[in-house]
Amino acid sequence: MKILLVFTTLVAAAHSVQLFVGDQVLRIVAKDEEQINLLRVLGKQTELQLDFWRHPSSPGHPADLHVPFPSLQAVKLFLESNSISYSIMIEDVQALVDEEKQTMMKARRVERSISTFDFASYHTLDEIYSWMDTLVAHHPSLVSKIQIGQSYENRSLYVLKFSTGGWNRSAIWVDTGIHSREWITQATGVWTANKIAEEYGQDPSVTAILDSMDIFLEIITNPDGFAFTHSSNRMWRKTRSVNAGSTCLGVDPNRNWGAGFGGSGSSSNPCSEIYRGPHAHSEREVKAIVDFICRHGNVKSVISIHSYSQMLLFPYGYKTALAPNHQELNEVAKKAVSDLATVYGTKYTYGSVANTIYMAGGTTIDWAYDHGVKYAFTFELRDTGRYGFLLPSAQIIPTATETWLALLDIMVHVLEHPY
Amino acid sequence: NRAGALAAAFACYRRGGPSRGLALRAVSPAGREDIDGVGHKYHLGLVLEDVLDKDSTVNCTAEVLYHLGNKTTAPDVQFTLEGELKNTDEADNIFYNQIRSLEKELVAENIPDSHGNVSPEMEPLHLLAWVASGYVIWQNSTENTQFQLAQIKHVKQVKRRDEYLQFDYKILLHEMVSQEIIPWHMTVVWHPQHGVEVTQNSCQ
Repeated sequence: MKILLVFTTLVAAAHSVQLFVGDQVLRIVAKDEEQINLLRVLGKQTELQLDFWRHPSSPGHPADLHVPFPSLQAVKLFLESNSISYSIMIEDVQALVDEEKQTMMKARRVERSISTFDFASYHTLDEIYSWMDTLVAHHPSLVSKIQIGQSYENRSLYVLKFSTGGWNRSAIWVDTGIHSREWITQATGVWTANKIAEEYGQDPSVTAILDSMDIFLEIITNPDGFAFTHSSNRMWRKTRSVNAGSTCLGVDPNRNWGAGFGGSGSSSNPCSEIYRGPHAHSEREVKAIVDFICRHGNVKSVISIHSYSQMLLFPYGYKTALAPNHQELNEVAKKAVSDLATVYGTKYTYGSVANTIYMAGGTTIDWAYDHGVKYAFTFELRDTGRYGFLLPSAQIIPTATETWLALLDIMVHVLEHPY
Repeated sequence: NRAGALAAAFACYRRGGPSRGLALRAVSPAGREDIDGVGHKYHLGLVLEDVLDKDSTVNCTAEVLYHLGNKTTAPDVQFTLEGELKNTDEADNIFYNQIRSLEKELVAENIPDSHGNVSPEMEPLHLLAWVASGYVIWQNSTENTQFQLAQIKHVKQVKRRDEYLQFDYKILLHEMVSQEIIPWHMTVVWHPQHGVEVTQNSCQ
């Protein structure tokens, strides 16, 4: 008791500090019950502002005590005069806090968005655009971000380029989210971008592909529509362009391409979900891709990803006539859907657009095909209508995982059949 | 494909409830008849699955007759289930008693939500809408349409003096060919022993 009184006066001037400069953490080992009791009493002296990180429990077991700088002298005196053994575990708590903060900030800049980005959730436009920058920062020698144009509402149209070098190598184009309400597609695009970056150098097929070809991936192909699905109408499909003479907005970007434009399966009514637009490539979102692919000149495959229906489709949509390499496309699709099914048993049907789903004029893959891209495919991802566009986020990773196998099959085929 | 989806929707309506929804897993077309002056008849084999238990499936044969010209007559659907469906009496009774014991009439919105989530408490209401939409889909289908229930925008329970449960739904239907999202109102009445009935329905 007397001893306690002694050091209480010593620390009369002690005051609380916000920072931990000079604070120490002592590791104390009591040798008997009496010492344990002394430690407990010590801890109860509130003016000392002591904080046990690990409480005194039994003799021989260490107790860790955070001691603010002003109380250090008194506490050490107390321990020594009672023959309680201790050692200094942390010399300066503030120094440790500062170091940790630095590490965290650095981690946040580089690591956070990569390893803590939740691929199993649906994200906003800003979150995805921000993540894209992180992906590039994390794989600077493989991935770069290109802007190919602007949307109607002046949002940037970004494409991720995966390349190991060369100049104007043969390329594969993949787009997701051209129809904004098909959220599983943008989510799959994000996962796939990450997968490609991870697997280069690991997976033999991915490595072989990227060693001779480039991959271009546009994750948010219709950013205006996507923003609108978040802010106002989850079921929005089209672009958000203004239509002259109508109160209805938007053009179906998958009826706006110059192949079979204006044909059956598209509408001339601006209020229709399959409105083709005033003329082919009227939409900036579509024109940007047209210009990119034409200028590139060496795109060998175009894969456009939609939902839902669980189908893998190839040209034509604007006519029922078979594409010249129909047989080959059919074989590729057959293998791809078979491999896709190995993951979770998900069944896809496959065939030409016109014969499998419906006639549709002015679609992406028909345009690509008629412009010399022999390997043009459209995916319709999960599901078959149970949830439709509102596919539960728990299905994002399974969907992306199974789709990956099919994508890889197509890309390997393209690699092995140069033209 | 469209005939298959229609037959499945019809079968679901006839056989479904808050604890059982049937979805089309596979179709095998067996033939199409063009009947002069009447319409087109499709013969189909279907595999239906229980949406709550994907491993539980039942085979089905169906005939769908789309009437020529007359767009206001619903297609004729006949189907035969080859096998038993799981008994859902217990789950049905639990749901029935839960709703009956509510003091305030139930109200809910956006099922599933934007992220596809359906809370467990809402699942029976979701299924009931799925089943009832089978009726709406059947009544409004043609050879050139294929409908799916896209979302429940709003559901409100309406307490009745008799023993039936009643829910007024505002739903969104997705039509595959035109890609349109069509709002629809339906009044659904259900009792564990008496099945599902759509007593009123109209588009907005």
